[in-house]
Amino acid sequence: MSNVKKFMYINNKAPYGTIYAWESLEVVLIGAAFDQDVSLMFTGDGVYQLMKGQDTKEVGIKNFSPTYAALGDYDINKIYVEKESLDARGLTVDDLMHLVWEDEDEDWAEKDSIKVVTSAELAEILDQQDVVLSF
Amino acid sequence: MKFGIQVNEGPYTHEASVTAINFIKSAVAKGHEVFRVFFYHDGVNNGTRYATPPQDDINIQQTWSDLAKEHNIDLVICVAAAQRRGLADDGEQERNKLDGNNIMDGFRISGLGQLIEAGIECDRLVVFGD
Repeated sequence: MSNVKKFMYINNKAPYGTIYAWESLEVVLIGAAFDQDVSLMFTGDGVYQLMKGQDTKEVGIKNFSPTYAALGDYDINKIYVEKESLDARGLTVDDLMHLVWEDEDEDWAEKDSIKVVTSAELAEILDQQDVVLSF
Repeated sequence: MKFGIQVNEGPYTHEASVTAINFIKSAVAKGHEVFRVFFYHDGVNNGTRYATPPQDDINIQQTWSDLAKEHNIDLVICVAAAQRRGLADDGEQERNKLDGNNIMDGFRISGLGQLIEAGIECDRLVVFGD
C-alpha cells in the first residue's frame, strides 16, 4: 500500500511525574492498528521509561511499564535509545527491560527490539520519517 | 499544503494553545489547509464551554470555536484523555451516566485513531506543547 508512512514517536520525559509517557504509549498502541511503519525513540529522561524493575507502589501511580513488553506483538520492533542519554545517566542497555519481537520471516526467531544508537545516528533516522510525534 | 495539528497542553497554563491558534491563522492566511486539530493530554481542556476568563483576557476556548467555524476545521478531543479530565459531550454524558456535559460548540470527542489518520492524510503534522 502506498499509504504507509514512517511514524516516529519521540519520548523524552521521565515515566512518572507527568502523564506524557503513559499517554504516548496509548497513542502507539492505538496507532499500531493502522499498519504504518512505526519507530520509537527514547532520549533524555525518556530512557527511564524503559528501566527494568519499576515499582510505583510508594507513589500511588499506576506502573505501566509492563505494557512495553507487548509492543513486539503489535509489530513495533524499532525501539531506539540514545547512547548519550544513557551515558549521562550512568545507565547501560542492561538496566533496561529486555524487549523482543518474533521475526515471521525467520521461523519466528526472537530478536531484540531495543537498539542503542548515537545522537548522530538518531538524527539520520529522524530525517527519514514522515510523521514525528513528540511526547 | 495540508496541515494536521496536535495540541498537548491546557489553554491557560501553557502558551501552546495560543501559539497553535496563531500558527493556524497564519497558515490559512497563506492559503494552506488545516484539516484537523487533535487535542491530547491536558489539551482537552481547550474544549470546555465552562471557561469564563476575565473580559480583558483572551477566551481561548471561544477562539477555537470561532476559528473552526470560520475555516471549517475539525476540532477533535481525545476520548481517553477527556474521560480522565472530565470533558464530556452528549454521548459521553449518556455512556458514563454523567449529570451534564461541557463540550464547546465546534468540538467533537473521538478516538486516538483520528490523530493517526491526521498523520497519514496531512502533508505535515505539527505538535504544540512540551
